[in-house]
Amino acid sequence: MMRELYTQVIMDHYQRPRNRGELERADLEEHLLNPLCGDEVTVYANLSGGKVADVKFDGRGCSISQASASMMTERLMGKSCEEAEAEIGRFKDMMVGKEGFPETDDLAALKGVIKYPSRIKCATLAWTAFQLGLEGR
Amino acid sequence: MYGVEEIRRDFPILDRRIDGNRLIYLDNAATSQKPRQVIRALTEYYERHNANIHRGVHRLAEEATAAYEEARQKGARFLGAPDTTGLIFTRGTTESINLVAYAWGRKFLGEGDEVLLTEAEHHSNLVPWQLTARATGAKLRFVPILEDGTLDLEGAERLMGARTKLVGCIHASNVLATINPVERLAELAHDAGALMLVDGAQSAPHLPVDVQALGCDFFACSGHKMLGPTGVGALWGRPEILEEMGPFLGGGEMIREVHLDHSTYNDLPYKFEAGTMNIAQAVGLGAAVDYLGERGMENVREHEKQLGEYAFRRLSEIEGIEIYGPKKDRTGLVSFSLPEVHPHDLSQLLDEEGIAIRSGHHCAQPLMRRLGVAATARASFHLYNTEEEVDALVDALVRAREFFGAFSGAKP
Repeated sequence: MMRELYTQVIMDHYQRPRNRGELERADLEEHLLNPLCGDEVTVYANLSGGKVADVKFDGRGCSISQASASMMTERLMGKSCEEAEAEIGRFKDMMVGKEGFPETDDLAALKGVIKYPSRIKCATLAWTAFQLGLEGR
Repeated sequence: MYGVEEIRRDFPILDRRIDGNRLIYLDNAATSQKPRQVIRALTEYYERHNANIHRGVHRLAEEATAAYEEARQKGARFLGAPDTTGLIFTRGTTESINLVAYAWGRKFLGEGDEVLLTEAEHHSNLVPWQLTARATGAKLRFVPILEDGTLDLEGAERLMGARTKLVGCIHASNVLATINPVERLAELAHDAGALMLVDGAQSAPHLPVDVQALGCDFFACSGHKMLGPTGVGALWGRPEILEEMGPFLGGGEMIREVHLDHSTYNDLPYKFEAGTMNIAQAVGLGAAVDYLGERGMENVREHEKQLGEYAFRRLSEIEGIEIYGPKKDRTGLVSFSLPEVHPHDLSQLLDEEGIAIRSGHHCAQPLMRRLGVAATARASFHLYNTEEEVDALVDALVRAREFFGAFSGAKP
């Protein structure tokens, strides 16, 4: 049943996003558009002492893209840049079935997306933006 | 003699079930389904007549050539062209417009010249002109869209002048459901000494089209949106203009005489058909226009007009819905958005009920920006859709909205 995709966790992050907004004078700011659907997201981060000291996102799009961005901010907050990069790599591997989903994390709610290849890009949008931002530094 | 139930029986795919639900296919502006007459034409071609065309001197080559050229005649008749000279087979609307932008544009456009398009163009009638403008120094200008989604004809008149060399316009909008006054635009273009190109991707499948009555110089359309196979479409051009144009793709068939350092080109329309064409698909398209012709394009238009109006009325009943485009004189499609549900989530929820709609920017990003939205949902109809299917869509939309609404009330 497809409605399983829209779990309570996803809808909660979508309708009450964590860390939504802009960061002024951010060390990392990256805007990314999904050309397939027009969804867009901008990620911001303050990186001090090699750590993700603060992270925010802004954007508009479907529940999957926005909920995933919200989860990402929770996941990356406080991590070192290297850890953040590894975290993003792991998440992207999860979305293509190369890595298992953590059982106890909100991220597990995105597992259902794998079944819908056209939506995977929605789920990885913010993560890719953050990755590009880290690479661009 | 237009019976929608009888028509539906000709489309095998309409018997498909999606997770146990009957398929309700409302994505016809993207591509239409195919009647068995078209599928049979493809199969028969491959099973009985397949050969390369125009040069073989054996039975199959003769038969394949005859079938391909017969399809050209059918296509020309369907579009109201005086004969087949100007009817060029292409891969579809996109290739047709690229052909004009390249073979006409790069030869005849220069610094200071202008191509006048509209704000509502599909990317296929915008990006080819951007490429040509960059190569030639010509400028692109755009006729505005009014608040109600119709074209600003007065604006068009003001924008036309001695610099205008070509006017290009989408005949029927794939987002707004408008039918643009291309006859009037053609008059204005000709008064300004410019050519008129009509993007007929969304009109040829749904309205009676007569390129001579439209007064256009180029008309582009796609076979797959008009019950035909993918991979084939057409460009009709006024032969005297096509004659003056350089070639588009070089290779076999488009030549007359080839030397190591130069070549002369074949007569129309072959000059623009390089390499082995999509022969079977062209034959299939011939069967598709036969099918449409037998049902009568006036009848197809009437059916879809009523269905479009019915859908507009029923969807308007949904509280908070926004429907794009004018209130009347619409084609059979409706673009809309619901405040709480993103179009992508909407089409996924509808898919679960077997209802196929489109969501996204519909390859018209500048128009989306003009409308102030990132994406819309779109239900688009064809000759086999019914009011019951519209009712099912409306019910599903209401359920999708309740589904999302239920979460809004949930505790964080």
